[in-house]
Amino acid sequence: MKLLVCISKTPDTTAKISFSADNKEFNSAGVQYILNPYDEWYSLVRALELVEKQSGTVTVIHVGPAENETLIRKALAIGAHDAVRIDAQPSSALFVAKQIAEFAKGQGYDAIFCGKETIDYNGSEVGPMIAELLDLPFLSFANHLEYDGAKATVSRDIGDGTEVVEVEMPFVLSAAKDLAEQRIPNMMGIMKAKQKPLQVVAPVPFEDKVEIVAYELPPAKSSVKLVDPENMDELVRLLHEEAKAI
Amino acid sequence: MSVLVYVEHHNGAFKKAAYEAVTYGRKTADALGIPCVALVLGAADGAGELGAYGATRVLQVQDPAFSAFDSQVYASVIAQAAESVGAKVVILSHSADGKALLGRLAVRLDAGSVSGATAVPTTEGGFRVRKNVFSGKAIAEYELTTDKKVISVMGNSIPPEKLGAPINVEALSVTVPTPKIRMVAIKRIEGNIPLPEAEIVVSAGRGLKGPEHWNIVEDLGDVLGATLACSRPVADSDWRPHHEHVGQTGLVIRPNLYIAIGISGAIQHLAGVNNSKVIVVINKDPEAPFFKAADYGVVGDLFEVVPRLTEAVKKFKAS
Ligand SMILES: Cc1cc2nc3c(=O)[nH]c(=O)nc-3n(C[C@H](O)[C@H](O)[C@H](O)COP(=O)(O)OP(=O)(O)OC[C@H]3O[C@@H](n4cnc5c(N)ncnc54)[C@H](O)[C@@H]3O)c2cc1C
Ligand SMILES: Nc1ncnc2c1ncn2[C@@H]1O[C@H](COP(=O)(O)O)[C@@H](O)[C@H]1O
Repeated sequence: MKLLVCISKTPDTTAKISFSADNKEFNSAGVQYILNPYDEWYSLVRALELVEKQSGTVTVIHVGPAENETLIRKALAIGAHDAVRIDAQPSSALFVAKQIAEFAKGQGYDAIFCGKETIDYNGSEVGPMIAELLDLPFLSFANHLEYDGAKATVSRDIGDGTEVVEVEMPFVLSAAKDLAEQRIPNMMGIMKAKQKPLQVVAPVPFEDKVEIVAYELPPAKSSVKLVDPENMDELVRLLHEEAKAI
Repeated sequence: MSVLVYVEHHNGAFKKAAYEAVTYGRKTADALGIPCVALVLGAADGAGELGAYGATRVLQVQDPAFSAFDSQVYASVIAQAAESVGAKVVILSHSADGKALLGRLAVRLDAGSVSGATAVPTTEGGFRVRKNVFSGKAIAEYELTTDKKVISVMGNSIPPEKLGAPINVEALSVTVPTPKIRMVAIKRIEGNIPLPEAEIVVSAGRGLKGPEHWNIVEDLGDVLGATLACSRPVADSDWRPHHEHVGQTGLVIRPNLYIAIGISGAIQHLAGVNNSKVIVVINKDPEAPFFKAADYGVVGDLFEVVPRLTEAVKKFKAS
């Protein structure tokens, strides 16, 4: 089985979010970056489990500059066999999808795995875009996946429930929580990762169709109004009269 | 030219998100001075009702393939409908299905796309759409320069409005491709209003100490007509079902009222709820970070405060 896992980079969840003085650029100074949790914890690990059971390879692919190679090495340390980096700044979801689809085209991947969303721009767009560009079925928000050698059975989150579907390979999937259990890279994995192949590929030309023109921080909450724990009638009154929430 | 809204339904029933999408579509269409066309796939008796929320035409396609969701099939059909009505903008709900369709349609229509828009586009000096980014810690404004655009609308961002009257449904005929995905089973959470649509959410965390104490949370939820949610460790320890987990790795919601009981307010939890309109925090620790994100706070023991609040709500509802 030949699997391709798309991995992205995102600010650590606890990172302080700030912007340039003109509010046009995200201020990355001092921000700690991590592998997108959906990619690292669920998507990559389930892909590895599948090839461990069936034999095959897991290639990770990342669209981003050279400085992101430490994160790619982490994915290799977790167990991916080799890696591809498309050498470009990921400027939009369609840009990223286009690069990955161009690379994957004709390579005979049995499945392409993405995360449910990157936790910075929360797009959920790249996966379905790759699927459309390659004319493949797409299974969003997979929380369970079995493969019996002929067909995959996938359970997916649908917001107000779960749906179980069957599909033949090849397909594109996006990983949600519960698809797998997070794996922590061990010393051996980290050592091996240094030797694993990391191929750098030039991007294909592409013109962006969307642009972020301004950022804004949400209006600051006025400070919390404390209510006497003995007096819940007062809280109900405030929620009704002041907040108009009940 | 027109704005096309793809309107989701479940077994013929439209939910709030469907009406929100139509209202959003109508407002976008008005800003552009073009009609707002709603598209319904599969059997749904109330489709004409979408006129009341602003659709100036309602199109319906019937085909057995629509009984299960395959984004390839749906995207093909929506793209054909978009073509036939000359859609400049295609609007979707930011639901599980809508998210799967957005990227596909962007590719198919060669369109710029924004997922999870929280406001109607502004059209003066460029077509601009706002959405939340960094898990609700910031807002970004996107400019779309393409001829066609695809937007998915975040739930609970645009209240549905009665902008018209029910109208006749027109049948549309398109080519429906053969699905590659086969549905085996579907399980919907019955009874309650699903979390993404709930106006009032009562949520509890590890402060509850164990699943055996959830009755006090349920009692408050019942008197408020609320949907229940929980923090991640609560779902991870199987005190509560996984679909109740909100936060960065769970559901992102924006109800009118979010009541957090015995939840510390970790940043990853806040990522899922910090866009709620009103937040009430009940916690015995005055230093709990959640108080910084709260509108109303009660510092006290939840085992005393919550039953007291339930009684107070009961009294209020009876008056
Ligand atoms: C990458 C990542 C993603 C994550 N995603 C999520 C997510 O999606 N959702 C999520 O919720 N978490 C998430 N977490 C976990 C998060 O960091 C917190 O650990 C978690 O939210 C804490 O849950 P809690 O508030 O229920 O528990 P605790 O932090 O243990 O807080 C319990 C609270 O209850 C209060 N309390 C205790 N007893 C009482 C009492 N008798 N009366 C009143 N108050 C009482 C305490 O003062 C405390 O504030 C994530 C973590 C990481 C690293
Ligand atoms: N720069 C990138 N390189 C590789 N994969 C990416 C990149 N950006 C996004 N992805 C993949 O697409 C998924 C969804 O991303 P998004 O559409 O940005 O929410 C992520 O979880 C990754 O699997």
